[in-house]
Amino acid sequence: MDLKDLYRDVILDHNKKPRNFGKLEPCDTSADGHNPLCGDRLTLTLRIDGDTVSDVRFEGQGCAISTASASLMTEAIKGLDETAITTLSEMVHRALTSSSDAAIPEGLGKLAALAGVREYPARVKCASLCWHTLTAALARRDGSTAVSTE
Amino acid sequence: MNLIDRPLAHYDVERVRQDFPILATTIRGKRLAFLDTAASSQRPNSVIEAIVHYERHLHANVHRGVYELSQKATDAFEAARERVRVFLNARSTREVIFTRGATESINLVAESWGRSLQPGDEILISWMEHHANIVPWQMACERSGAVLRVIPIDRRGELDLAAFHHLLTPKTRLVAITQISNSLGTVVPIAEIIAAAQRNGSLVLVDGAQAVAHQRIDVQALDCDFYVFSSHKLYGPTGVGVLWARETVLSDMPPWQGGGDMIRTVSFEKTTYNELPYRFEAGTPNISGAIGLAAAIDYLESLDIDKVHAHEQALLRYATDALRAIPGLQIIGEAARKGGVISFTLEQVHPHDLGTILDTEGVAVRAGHHCAMPVMDFFGVPATARASFGCYTNREDVDQLIGALHRALEVFG
Ligand SMILES: Cc1ncc(COP(=O)(O)O)c(C=O)c1O
Repeated sequence: MDLKDLYRDVILDHNKKPRNFGKLEPCDTSADGHNPLCGDRLTLTLRIDGDTVSDVRFEGQGCAISTASASLMTEAIKGLDETAITTLSEMVHRALTSSSDAAIPEGLGKLAALAGVREYPARVKCASLCWHTLTAALARRDGSTAVSTE
Repeated sequence: MNLIDRPLAHYDVERVRQDFPILATTIRGKRLAFLDTAASSQRPNSVIEAIVHYERHLHANVHRGVYELSQKATDAFEAARERVRVFLNARSTREVIFTRGATESINLVAESWGRSLQPGDEILISWMEHHANIVPWQMACERSGAVLRVIPIDRRGELDLAAFHHLLTPKTRLVAITQISNSLGTVVPIAEIIAAAQRNGSLVLVDGAQAVAHQRIDVQALDCDFYVFSSHKLYGPTGVGVLWARETVLSDMPPWQGGGDMIRTVSFEKTTYNELPYRFEAGTPNISGAIGLAAAIDYLESLDIDKVHAHEQALLRYATDALRAIPGLQIIGEAARKGGVISFTLEQVHPHDLGTILDTEGVAVRAGHHCAMPVMDFFGVPATARASFGCYTNREDVDQLIGALHRALEVFG
């Protein structure tokens, strides 16, 4: 197995130059995510227009996988409505946890780069933290909420 | 000659490695460089064989049957207790209590001895304790109204002794302190701490989890009140450990868990408790674990602990120099005296990524907070990578780590 399957160029690039990094003030909803095992922390802030995510930012500290995953996620969900986000989130989870010989779902775009973590079960939580945090933020639009992967 | 400077030629690490079958394992097709001994050490053949021999030929419940097999199992179990007594140079086996490990030993003290705590009493711990020597005291303080005080550390990872002397007051009932820090490697000057605590009338619990496998321990010379350790960090099996406690202190402690073995007579009106050490060993103990631990102590002593110590110190210097030469690498914990533990961070590469990259190169290191979150907060890092050494660690292991770190720099370059 090659390290480059996990640390693809897209991931290294998003880790070095995270997109949509920062905080939206004011925002319509937000959530904090924490992975106590490795100390990854993440805060998501979102603006929502009707049912659609019109803007999103993230900040926090974490490993390359969690940083790149959050950065890629913010790019992917901007302009999507909640139904589309739920569908995408499920696809990402399938890609992260499926067996290594299963096909990677179509339509993931750049997010497919994260599929390398399925060879490294200990790292799946790093990649999924931002998606759990997003679910929490959307579920509770009128306040701040915290999630943990534990 | 100073033990620490004795040449390595006296110690044949390659021969020692032959005793550990797991070291022949390959990881993802690579040679295994096992550098996580501080989390749990590997076991030599003699320990594995002692456990198998017990399971095959000697097992029955202890302290119960009148039949021969039960007597044999009891004899083997009690011989293990005697082996631990000699290892620690304790006065009596009445002072040697088998537990599940260092964590349970500390909880036993916190819950049993801790019942004597009064509101306003103080427990003194250090900033570099493992969570196992923090949380049980927080819980005891919550129950009793006692107060937890923390001895600070400095940027090198040394204990602030001036602050310790200041924090030690007539209110201090107990100082609970690690002998060697598992996250920083710092060797804590426990002799000075014990002497000061004694003058002050405070008891001392020493967490020896990171020390027992690496240097001689003599609880009478130390003159502490409690000493705890786990078998699995001493080349023995998991699930067993020891609480040693001064008999005069133990005698005054109420029983902790209730059940079989810890009683003398039971009726619904009144139960009387067994004598030491059984009063603190409720239920069927980990018999094979204790026997495995005794075999591990035999093994370690057969290598000569002083030689193991010198070997590990030489490796520590070798690895520290090699790591310092890596660009962007920062060693966390640079105390003057350290055990075979090196925590570090690599600029640009998060410890968690580092752990994964090293794994693909066959290098097993711990990446995380090492159950010492206050230490991570103190140094302002979310986590570190940690390489730790044992009797079987060789230079090839360290070289493989260095090579893998260069690979990490390439990937993240
Ligand atoms: C210093 C120290 N204390 C206590 C413990 C807890 O040991 P165990 O988990 O075996 O009970 C450890 C284990 O990592 C340790 O390093």
